[in-house]
Amino acid sequence: MSHITISLAAEPIFHLAGFPVTNSMLAMILAAILLVFTARTIGRHLTLVPGKMQNVAEMVIEFLLDLMNTVTGDRNQTKKFFPIVVTIFLFILTMNWMGLLPGFGSIGMNEVIHGEKVFVPFLRAGTADLNMTVAIAMISVITAQVFGIMYIGVKKHLRKYFNPNPTMTFVGLIEFLSEFTKIISFSFRLFGNVFAGEVLLLIISSLVPLIAPVPFFLLEIFVGFIQAFVFALLSLVFFKIAATAEEH
Amino acid sequence: MSEEAAKMFAAALAIAIGGLGPGLGIGILAAKAMEAIGRNPEAAGKVQVPMLLAMAFAEAIAIYALVVALIIKFV
Repeated sequence: MSHITISLAAEPIFHLAGFPVTNSMLAMILAAILLVFTARTIGRHLTLVPGKMQNVAEMVIEFLLDLMNTVTGDRNQTKKFFPIVVTIFLFILTMNWMGLLPGFGSIGMNEVIHGEKVFVPFLRAGTADLNMTVAIAMISVITAQVFGIMYIGVKKHLRKYFNPNPTMTFVGLIEFLSEFTKIISFSFRLFGNVFAGEVLLLIISSLVPLIAPVPFFLLEIFVGFIQAFVFALLSLVFFKIAATAEEH
Repeated sequence: MSEEAAKMFAAALAIAIGGLGPGLGIGILAAKAMEAIGRNPEAAGKVQVPMLLAMAFAEAIAIYALVVALIIKFV
Protein backbone atom coordinates (compact mmCIF):
# COMPACT_ATOMS: atom_id res chain seq x y z
CA MET A 1 0.00 0.00 0.00
CA SER A 2 2.45 2.58 -1.20
CA HIS A 3 0.56 5.70 -2.05
CA ILE A 4 -2.85 5.75 -0.40
CA THR A 5 -4.02 8.92 1.26
CA ILE A 6 -6.81 8.55 3.77
CA SER A 7 -7.87 11.88 5.14
CA LEU A 8 -10.46 12.16 7.89
CA ALA A 9 -11.24 15.76 6.97
CA ALA A 10 -12.44 16.68 3.52
CA GLU A 11 -9.70 18.31 1.47
CA PRO A 12 -10.20 21.79 0.03
CA ILE A 13 -10.11 21.94 -3.75
CA PHE A 14 -10.12 25.68 -4.25
CA HIS A 15 -10.85 28.81 -2.27
CA LEU A 16 -13.76 31.09 -3.01
CA ALA A 17 -13.02 34.52 -1.55
CA GLY A 18 -11.11 32.94 1.32
CA PHE A 19 -13.72 30.23 1.96
CA PRO A 20 -12.32 26.74 1.31
CA VAL A 21 -14.51 24.65 -0.97
CA THR A 22 -13.93 20.97 -0.25
CA ASN A 23 -14.43 17.98 -2.50
CA SER A 24 -17.37 16.73 -0.48
CA MET A 25 -19.00 20.14 -0.83
CA LEU A 26 -18.77 19.77 -4.61
CA ALA A 27 -20.39 16.33 -4.35
CA MET A 28 -23.13 17.78 -2.18
CA ILE A 29 -23.84 20.49 -4.74
CA LEU A 30 -24.02 17.84 -7.47
CA ALA A 31 -26.45 15.76 -5.40
CA ALA A 32 -28.61 18.80 -4.70
CA ILE A 33 -28.67 19.77 -8.39
CA LEU A 34 -29.63 16.20 -9.31
CA LEU A 35 -32.49 16.11 -6.81
CA VAL A 36 -33.86 19.53 -7.75
CA PHE A 37 -33.59 18.75 -11.46
CA THR A 38 -35.41 15.41 -11.05
CA ALA A 39 -38.14 16.98 -8.95
CA ARG A 40 -38.72 19.79 -11.43
CA THR A 41 -38.77 17.47 -14.45
CA ILE A 42 -41.28 15.12 -12.85
CA GLY A 43 -43.36 17.84 -11.28
CA ARG A 44 -43.70 20.05 -14.28
CA HIS A 45 -46.24 17.97 -16.22
CA LEU A 46 -48.29 16.17 -13.60
CA THR A 47 -51.16 14.27 -15.17
CA LEU A 48 -54.06 12.40 -13.58
CA VAL A 49 -53.02 9.20 -15.35
CA PRO A 50 -49.31 9.14 -14.56
CA GLY A 51 -46.48 8.47 -16.97
CA LYS A 52 -43.50 6.31 -16.03
CA MET A 53 -41.41 8.79 -14.02
CA GLN A 54 -44.44 10.19 -12.25
CA ASN A 55 -45.54 6.64 -11.46
CA VAL A 56 -42.22 5.85 -9.81
CA ALA A 57 -42.32 9.08 -7.82
CA GLU A 58 -45.89 8.35 -6.70
CA MET A 59 -44.91 4.84 -5.61
CA VAL A 60 -42.03 6.15 -3.56
CA ILE A 61 -44.13 8.88 -1.98
CA GLU A 62 -46.96 6.51 -1.16
CA PHE A 63 -44.60 3.99 0.41
CA LEU A 64 -42.94 6.67 2.53
CA LEU A 65 -46.30 8.16 3.57
CA ASP A 66 -47.56 4.78 4.74
CA LEU A 67 -44.33 4.10 6.60
CA MET A 68 -44.52 7.48 8.33
CA ASN A 69 -48.15 6.86 9.19
CA THR A 70 -47.22 3.75 11.14
CA VAL A 71 -44.90 5.88 13.29
CA THR A 72 -47.05 8.96 13.79
CA GLY A 73 -50.56 7.45 13.65
CA ASP A 74 -52.01 10.80 12.61
CA ARG A 75 -52.53 11.65 8.97
CA ASN A 76 -52.26 15.41 9.45
CA GLN A 77 -49.07 15.14 11.42
CA THR A 78 -47.62 12.91 8.73
CA LYS A 79 -48.34 15.54 6.11
CA LYS A 80 -46.68 18.20 8.25
CA PHE A 81 -43.58 16.11 8.90
CA PHE A 82 -43.35 14.63 5.42
CA PRO A 83 -41.35 17.33 3.59
CA ILE A 84 -38.47 17.63 6.05
CA VAL A 85 -38.20 13.91 6.79
CA VAL A 86 -38.27 12.83 3.16
CA THR A 87 -35.89 15.63 2.19
CA ILE A 88 -33.43 14.37 4.78
CA PHE A 89 -33.90 10.82 3.52
CA LEU A 90 -33.52 11.58 -0.20
CA PHE A 91 -30.65 14.03 0.27
CA ILE A 92 -28.61 11.66 2.42
CA LEU A 93 -29.46 8.71 0.16
CA THR A 94 -28.39 10.57 -2.97
CA MET A 95 -25.13 11.73 -1.40
CA ASN A 96 -24.36 8.26 -0.05
CA TRP A 97 -25.00 6.51 -3.35
CA MET A 98 -23.27 9.12 -5.47
CA GLY A 99 -20.14 8.49 -3.44
CA LEU A 100 -20.00 5.01 -4.93
CA LEU A 101 -19.91 6.18 -8.53
CA PRO A 102 -16.63 5.71 -10.45
CA GLY A 103 -14.58 8.89 -10.27
CA PHE A 104 -15.40 9.68 -6.66
CA GLY A 105 -12.16 9.41 -4.75
CA SER A 106 -10.19 8.22 -7.78
CA ILE A 107 -9.89 11.28 -10.03
CA GLY A 108 -7.86 14.04 -8.48
CA MET A 109 -4.50 15.72 -8.31
CA ASN A 110 -1.28 15.26 -6.42
CA GLU A 111 -0.53 18.06 -4.06
CA VAL A 112 2.16 18.80 -1.52
CA ILE A 113 0.61 19.62 1.85
CA HIS A 114 2.82 20.21 4.89
CA GLY A 115 5.77 18.84 2.95
CA GLU A 116 4.06 15.54 2.18
CA LYS A 117 2.87 14.32 -1.16
CA VAL A 118 -0.85 13.61 -0.88
CA PHE A 119 -3.49 12.69 -3.40
CA VAL A 120 -6.48 15.01 -3.33
CA PRO A 121 -9.54 13.64 -5.13
CA PHE A 122 -11.83 16.13 -6.82
CA LEU A 123 -14.98 14.45 -5.56
CA ARG A 124 -15.77 12.64 -2.31
CA ALA A 125 -19.04 11.39 -0.88
CA GLY A 126 -20.91 14.37 0.53
CA THR A 127 -21.75 12.63 3.77
CA ALA A 128 -18.14 11.57 4.30
CA ASP A 129 -17.55 15.03 5.69
CA LEU A 130 -18.31 15.56 9.36
CA ASN A 131 -19.37 19.15 8.69
CA MET A 132 -22.17 17.93 6.43
CA THR A 133 -23.51 15.36 8.85
CA VAL A 134 -23.34 17.74 11.82
CA ALA A 135 -25.25 20.30 9.76
CA ILE A 136 -28.03 17.85 8.89
CA ALA A 137 -28.13 16.61 12.49
CA MET A 138 -28.46 20.16 13.82
CA ILE A 139 -31.26 20.86 11.35
CA SER A 140 -33.04 17.73 12.51
CA VAL A 141 -32.73 18.51 16.23
CA ILE A 142 -33.66 22.18 15.86
CA THR A 143 -36.67 21.23 13.70
CA ALA A 144 -37.78 18.89 16.49
CA GLN A 145 -37.75 21.84 18.88
CA VAL A 146 -39.68 23.95 16.37
CA PHE A 147 -42.30 21.24 15.94
CA GLY A 148 -42.56 20.91 19.70
CA ILE A 149 -43.27 24.60 20.10
CA MET A 150 -45.66 24.52 17.13
CA TYR A 151 -47.71 21.63 18.44
CA ILE A 152 -47.87 22.06 22.19
CA GLY A 153 -46.86 25.67 22.83
CA VAL A 154 -43.73 27.21 24.30
CA LYS A 155 -44.55 26.71 28.00
CA LYS A 156 -45.40 23.02 27.79
CA HIS A 157 -42.40 22.40 25.59
CA LEU A 158 -39.96 24.10 27.95
CA ARG A 159 -41.67 22.35 30.85
CA LYS A 160 -40.23 19.09 29.47
CA TYR A 161 -36.70 20.27 30.10
CA PHE A 162 -36.94 22.73 32.98
CA ASN A 163 -39.41 21.17 35.36
CA PRO A 164 -39.91 22.89 38.76
CA ASN A 165 -41.10 19.60 40.25
CA PRO A 166 -38.11 18.48 42.43
CA THR A 167 -37.82 14.91 41.19
CA MET A 168 -38.35 15.80 37.57
CA THR A 169 -35.75 18.59 37.51
CA PHE A 170 -32.84 16.23 36.93
CA VAL A 171 -34.75 14.20 34.39
CA GLY A 172 -35.46 17.41 32.51
CA LEU A 173 -31.82 18.48 32.64
CA ILE A 174 -30.66 15.12 31.34
CA GLU A 175 -33.24 15.37 28.58
CA PHE A 176 -31.87 18.80 27.70
CA LEU A 177 -28.34 17.42 27.58
CA SER A 178 -29.49 14.50 25.48
CA GLU A 179 -30.61 16.91 22.78
CA PHE A 180 -26.96 17.77 22.26
CA THR A 181 -25.84 14.17 22.39
CA LYS A 182 -28.46 13.49 19.72
CA ILE A 183 -26.61 15.82 17.40
CA ILE A 184 -23.33 14.00 18.07
CA SER A 185 -24.94 10.59 17.75
CA PHE A 186 -26.73 11.41 14.48
CA SER A 187 -23.70 12.96 12.86
CA PHE A 188 -21.15 10.35 13.92
CA ARG A 189 -23.38 7.44 12.98
CA LEU A 190 -23.80 8.73 9.44
CA PHE A 191 -20.24 9.99 9.07
CA GLY A 192 -18.70 6.85 10.55
CA ASN A 193 -20.68 4.53 8.31
CA VAL A 194 -19.98 6.41 5.09
CA PHE A 195 -16.33 7.23 5.84
CA ALA A 196 -15.54 3.71 7.01
CA GLY A 197 -17.20 2.38 3.87
CA GLU A 198 -15.03 4.65 1.74
CA VAL A 199 -11.86 3.54 3.53
CA LEU A 200 -12.90 -0.11 3.23
CA LEU A 201 -13.50 0.20 -0.51
CA LEU A 202 -10.21 2.03 -0.98
CA ILE A 203 -8.22 -0.64 0.85
CA ILE A 204 -9.94 -3.59 -0.83
CA SER A 205 -9.49 -1.99 -4.24
CA SER A 206 -5.81 -1.48 -3.54
CA LEU A 207 -5.34 -5.08 -2.40
CA VAL A 208 -7.43 -7.04 -4.93
CA PRO A 209 -8.79 -4.69 -7.58
CA LEU A 210 -10.44 -7.40 -9.69
CA ILE A 211 -13.89 -8.75 -8.67
CA ALA A 212 -13.18 -8.74 -4.91
CA PRO A 213 -14.58 -5.20 -4.36
CA VAL A 214 -17.98 -6.21 -5.79
CA PRO A 215 -19.53 -7.60 -2.57
CA PHE A 216 -18.18 -4.59 -0.70
CA PHE A 217 -19.84 -2.25 -3.16
CA LEU A 218 -23.09 -4.12 -2.61
CA LEU A 219 -22.57 -3.76 1.13
CA GLU A 220 -21.99 -0.04 0.71
CA ILE A 221 -25.15 0.38 -1.35
CA PHE A 222 -27.08 -1.38 1.39
CA VAL A 223 -25.40 0.58 4.18
CA GLY A 224 -25.99 3.87 2.35
CA PHE A 225 -29.69 3.13 2.12
CA ILE A 226 -29.98 1.93 5.71
CA GLN A 227 -28.17 4.96 7.13
CA ALA A 228 -30.34 7.41 5.18
CA PHE A 229 -33.43 5.47 6.26
CA VAL A 230 -32.38 5.35 9.91
CA PHE A 231 -31.52 9.05 9.99
CA ALA A 232 -34.89 10.00 8.55
CA LEU A 233 -36.83 7.55 10.73
CA LEU A 234 -35.07 8.63 13.92
CA SER A 235 -35.73 12.26 13.03
CA LEU A 236 -39.40 11.39 12.54
CA VAL A 237 -39.54 9.64 15.91
CA PHE A 238 -37.96 12.64 17.64
CA PHE A 239 -40.39 14.99 15.89
CA LYS A 240 -43.26 12.86 17.08
CA ILE A 241 -41.94 12.77 20.64
CA ALA A 242 -41.44 16.53 20.63
CA ALA A 243 -44.94 17.14 19.30
CA THR A 244 -46.60 14.98 21.96
CA ALA A 245 -47.61 16.56 25.22
CA GLU A 246 -46.42 14.82 28.37
CA GLU A 247 -49.04 12.69 29.99
CA HIS A 248 -49.24 12.13 33.69
CA MET B 1 7.30 0.72 23.21
CA SER B 2 7.76 3.20 20.39
CA GLU B 3 5.06 5.72 19.64
CA GLU B 4 4.34 4.13 16.27
CA ALA B 5 3.74 0.72 17.84
CA ALA B 6 1.64 2.19 20.64
CA LYS B 7 -0.55 3.95 18.08
CA MET B 8 -1.09 0.73 16.16
CA PHE B 9 -2.03 -1.13 19.31
CA ALA B 10 -4.37 1.65 20.37
CA ALA B 11 -6.16 1.74 17.03
CA ALA B 12 -6.52 -2.04 16.87
CA LEU B 13 -7.73 -2.38 20.46
CA ALA B 14 -10.13 0.55 20.10
CA ILE B 15 -12.13 -1.09 17.35
CA ALA B 16 -11.72 -4.64 18.64
CA ILE B 17 -13.02 -3.94 22.15
CA GLY B 18 -15.46 -1.34 20.89
CA GLY B 19 -17.07 -3.87 18.60
CA LEU B 20 -17.83 -6.38 21.34
CA GLY B 21 -20.65 -4.55 23.06
CA PRO B 22 -22.60 -3.54 19.96
CA GLY B 23 -22.12 -7.00 18.47
CA LEU B 24 -23.70 -8.58 21.52
CA GLY B 25 -26.39 -5.92 21.63
CA ILE B 26 -27.42 -6.38 18.03
CA GLY B 27 -27.40 -10.15 18.46
CA ILE B 28 -29.72 -9.98 21.48
CA LEU B 29 -31.96 -7.52 19.61
CA ALA B 30 -32.24 -9.75 16.59
CA ALA B 31 -32.86 -12.80 18.77
CA LYS B 32 -35.74 -11.13 20.57
CA ALA B 33 -37.15 -9.89 17.29
CA MET B 34 -36.97 -13.38 15.82
CA GLU B 35 -38.71 -14.72 18.89
CA ALA B 36 -41.47 -12.14 18.56
CA ILE B 37 -41.96 -12.91 14.89
CA GLY B 38 -41.93 -16.62 15.63
CA ARG B 39 -44.69 -16.24 18.18
CA ASN B 40 -46.78 -14.02 15.93
CA PRO B 41 -45.83 -14.25 12.26
CA GLU B 42 -48.46 -11.70 11.24
CA ALA B 43 -46.73 -9.00 13.30
CA ALA B 44 -43.52 -9.34 11.27
CA GLY B 45 -44.05 -6.01 9.48
CA LYS B 46 -44.78 -4.23 12.75
CA VAL B 47 -41.70 -5.65 14.44
CA GLN B 48 -39.27 -4.92 11.59
CA VAL B 49 -39.22 -1.14 11.66
CA PRO B 50 -38.63 -0.67 15.41
CA MET B 51 -36.02 -3.43 15.26
CA LEU B 52 -34.13 -1.60 12.51
CA LEU B 53 -34.31 1.58 14.54
CA ALA B 54 -32.93 -0.08 17.66
CA MET B 55 -30.16 -1.73 15.64
CA ALA B 56 -29.13 1.68 14.33
CA PHE B 57 -28.70 2.92 17.90
CA ALA B 58 -26.65 -0.14 18.87
CA GLU B 59 -24.51 0.02 15.74
CA ALA B 60 -23.79 3.71 16.32
CA ILE B 61 -21.64 2.77 19.32
CA ALA B 62 -19.53 0.50 17.14
CA ILE B 63 -19.21 3.34 14.66
CA TYR B 64 -17.98 5.68 17.42
CA ALA B 65 -15.28 3.11 18.24
CA LEU B 66 -14.36 2.87 14.56
CA VAL B 67 -14.07 6.63 14.23
CA VAL B 68 -11.81 6.76 17.30
CA ALA B 69 -9.64 4.02 15.80
CA LEU B 70 -9.42 5.90 12.50
CA ILE B 71 -8.55 9.14 14.27
CA ILE B 72 -5.78 7.41 16.21
CA LYS B 73 -4.40 5.85 13.06
CA PHE B 74 -4.63 8.73 10.62
CA VAL B 75 -4.51 11.96 12.61
